[in-house]
Amino acid sequence: MATTVIPAARPTFLAAAIREAALAGAVAFLLAFPLLGFALVDIPGGITVAPRFDWVVIATVAVFVGRFLLVLWRHLRPESFGQVFRVPKITAIGPFAVNDVIGWLLAAFAMVLPFLPIADRYIIDIAISVLIYVMLGWGLNIVVGLAGLLDLGYVAFYAVGAYSFALLAIHFDFSFWQALPLAGVFAAAFGVLLGFPVLRLRGDYLAIVTLGFGEIIRLVLLNWNSFTGGPNGISQIPRPSFFGFPFTRTPPEGVTAFHQLFGVDFNFMHRTYFLYYVILGLALITNLFSMRVRRLPLGRAWEALREDEIACRALGINPTNTKLSAFAIGAMFGGFAGSFFATRQGFISPESFTFIESAIILAIVVLGGMGSQLGIVVAAAFLILVPEFGRDFAQFRMLVFGAAMVLVMIWRPQGLVAHREPSIRLKPVDRRAA
Amino acid sequence: MEYFVQQLINGLTLGAIYGLIAIGYTMVYGIIGMINFAHGEIYMIGAFISVITFTLLGLGGVTWAPLSILIVLIVAMAFTSVYGWTIERIAYRPLRGSFRLAPLISAIGMSIFLQNYVQLTQGAKIKTLAPVVQGTIPLLQSESGFTVAISYLQIIIILLTVALMAGFTYVIQMTPLGRAQRACAQDLKMAALVGVDVDRTISLTFVMGAGLAAVAGVMVTMYYGVVDFFIGFLAGIKAFTAAVLGGIGSLPGAMLGGLLIGLIEAFWSAYFSIEYKDVATFAILVIVLIFLPTGLLGRPEIEKV
Repeated sequence: MATTVIPAARPTFLAAAIREAALAGAVAFLLAFPLLGFALVDIPGGITVAPRFDWVVIATVAVFVGRFLLVLWRHLRPESFGQVFRVPKITAIGPFAVNDVIGWLLAAFAMVLPFLPIADRYIIDIAISVLIYVMLGWGLNIVVGLAGLLDLGYVAFYAVGAYSFALLAIHFDFSFWQALPLAGVFAAAFGVLLGFPVLRLRGDYLAIVTLGFGEIIRLVLLNWNSFTGGPNGISQIPRPSFFGFPFTRTPPEGVTAFHQLFGVDFNFMHRTYFLYYVILGLALITNLFSMRVRRLPLGRAWEALREDEIACRALGINPTNTKLSAFAIGAMFGGFAGSFFATRQGFISPESFTFIESAIILAIVVLGGMGSQLGIVVAAAFLILVPEFGRDFAQFRMLVFGAAMVLVMIWRPQGLVAHREPSIRLKPVDRRAA
Repeated sequence: MEYFVQQLINGLTLGAIYGLIAIGYTMVYGIIGMINFAHGEIYMIGAFISVITFTLLGLGGVTWAPLSILIVLIVAMAFTSVYGWTIERIAYRPLRGSFRLAPLISAIGMSIFLQNYVQLTQGAKIKTLAPVVQGTIPLLQSESGFTVAISYLQIIIILLTVALMAGFTYVIQMTPLGRAQRACAQDLKMAALVGVDVDRTISLTFVMGAGLAAVAGVMVTMYYGVVDFFIGFLAGIKAFTAAVLGGIGSLPGAMLGGLLIGLIEAFWSAYFSIEYKDVATFAILVIVLIFLPTGLLGRPEIEKV
């Protein structure tokens, strides 16, 4: 008897799956019809519309089949489905030791990368870009991951850092190393300036206000022509020197160049290597800081505040000051990264500091698993490398970013790559020793 | 004086458009307490669908303006509503009960996705539409020869907004759906306990918000005649500012806030500087949130354990 029940149940299930898939397909058709089905085409003297119904058919069929397979898969493998998509149980020590090892290996790899045979100028340049985003991700992570404040205008601090270095260097002849701390201070000051009035706001209001602040900074940079150069930006920002020894073949009279100092032949790669190690150092400092600060009362207060603000108040933590410090410190690292960006590019303009940039940095933090240091490295590398190596893919990059942010929130809000290391690890007590 | 009146008319028209978008923000925030960051994109999609429909109607030979506007309104509202419904279903419903920033991050992802979807399918260039309604009515004339005029299009926009607001107020105040929405806004759990279908109510709220945003998109297409994939971002922020200024969760507040933002923008551009008009809007948002977090018509919100 039991064997006859199962075949009898199948058709109704299949019918249900087909019905659900048909519904999804119908919705997909309605969504695709106006925007995929017709393309606006410019013609002399106006626009016209070109039909593209094959795309609509493809989209509809793809959604139908996809939905059908998803329903089928959920039905046939219910146990494994639950395991994949449910938050994994956090075990105290196991996976984190692995993460530590991977972290050290990655750091060692980054240290020796310029000496590896694969390292040509192109590879090092990409590595520098990745490291800038890693640093920005770690900096934003202090604000979003640790303190739980959603900052949609992080790029404003990046811009403040970049412009303060550029202006200091051009008008007052500051070197990179003199301007770097000042750029950080300026960015932190802007963080405090913005944070002080708005940090009392609820989380999502705060997000919108930071977004507005980021746009205000960009618009001011764009329109204040006499000070910032307006849309043309600032060019001829001084290139970095090795603590006062420039990377030039023929230095001016009385100045020792880098290759003369070390008695090696001139090589234009020296400057690239130097830039690489500067950003690696800056990024590792950011990382070290965020790892250590979590062991300090300040870092503990940030994380406590993220979890429950009212309980924190009851415990006597001042929410405004605590949030403000997270905001200022995150901004400071953004400012450092900004001045590095300015000296590396030699040219900055408001173009580089749009909301999309903020969104990319936020995507790195979110996809990496908010609060996970290693996850941010992997996410940054992924987001920068994939469009770099697949040029055809580049135009779909932001589309995929957006979709990935939605899917990550639904399936693995703790991040794709890794999860946050717990603040305190309770080691099992060794009773024999006691 | 004449210049002032002219700016007043322009500002009111702009404000009507912002107000319609702001209603979508305020309704969603009132019911599920999240900022629907993708709402600006919904408006942008509405604008694109209306450009496509206008062009198709032009090719099909429908040139009588009232008929084509009516058809475009219906088509844009219908398709845009499907977008609103789907976004809620895919990106927000699975996140109810997740941690608080999850829906906002998901909404930002959705917004980025939709922007790039439209950019990829319709191209990044600005699309220009030939004017649908032309002609103005002169109202006042000064000695210096400056004429204050209201265009037929401005009259259409303002009348349509008033009509939609009236219809909307009726739905919210008088129908079972409106009662369910108000119940959900007060307390989702209690509403579910007394038999309100919460999922359906939230879905319909998104559909209604999307429909109004589509109307705003149609209006903007006719008013400015240009559309690109990025218009949703700025309009969304401004409409959100309007919703906050009016008191988030309050429908008349959203309209009032929209009109105020429209007027401020028009006067700021006319008397101060056109470059900094967006800075003015963002500054208002910050100032309102700091000094008047409940807005003009909102109720204070108390956070409890």
